[in-house]
Amino acid sequence: METDPELLERLRSGDEGAFVLLVERYEQPMLRFARSLVPSRAVAEEAVQDTWMGVVRGLERFEGRSSFKTWLFRILANRARSAGASEYRHLPMESGRAVNAASFDESGAWAAPVEPWGEQADARVDALTWAPALKTALDSLPERQRQVVLLRDVEGLSNAEVCDVLDITAGNQRILLHRGRNRLREALLAVMGED
Amino acid sequence: MRLLRQRDLQCQQAVELVTDYLEGALSRRQRRRFEAHMRSCPNCSAYLEQIQAVIATSGSITSDDLSPQARDDLTALYRRWRSDGPADDPPRERQE
Repeated sequence: METDPELLERLRSGDEGAFVLLVERYEQPMLRFARSLVPSRAVAEEAVQDTWMGVVRGLERFEGRSSFKTWLFRILANRARSAGASEYRHLPMESGRAVNAASFDESGAWAAPVEPWGEQADARVDALTWAPALKTALDSLPERQRQVVLLRDVEGLSNAEVCDVLDITAGNQRILLHRGRNRLREALLAVMGED
Repeated sequence: MRLLRQRDLQCQQAVELVTDYLEGALSRRQRRRFEAHMRSCPNCSAYLEQIQAVIATSGSITSDDLSPQARDDLTALYRRWRSDGPADDPPRERQE
């Protein structure tokens, strides 16, 4: 599979095939991210399309200081913001604990044993088995947590890249990530409890 | 050693440090405290493993394939953008 820089090189020389390959690689992840930024699917699709236009027309400005994927997601976040996505960098970050206080006793120790997932039935330790439930839980996360988890854990951006795309501080990025991952853990626990 | 024990983390404090630990944001001293707690607490180490399983599962989520229609629509737009020439406001990379 060709790397992004290789495809960009081809795209710079006007190779339509390279554009199609980039679209196949990133259109769906971009749409998923866009859906976490704006409330309607139509607006999300429009923001993604605007982003591709920005890429094609602004390609000469891309010097590779960031990865292509980060650049792409940042253009998308900017387009979504101008299309009405909520600005949140100045909103106060809620403080407090992410893990439910009811899980602990008065001394701060776990009230009930935490069961290792790895020792449960084999099918349950398979990430692929959990993926559908996790996908559903991800869709119901509060938007800011969803954006951070999507970029960091689903798309695999570095923490610095996530801060860059979303224009948030490293501290806030970790708070949102922590809350998001905890909610996903709770969702998976609930699914396992149903079996 | 009694002093040291008093500074031991409680489980409720330790779990709130898990993301900072995994993201490499703890100081060396905080990290030592955290790791000492994990070694002595099977519940918190099980919790840490669960969070790592959540991260691995998130990383395994795949996208649906792009529909041929969507691909063709974008390719048609690409031809139009190419013939229109560069935009007035091309996106910039951030200056560090």
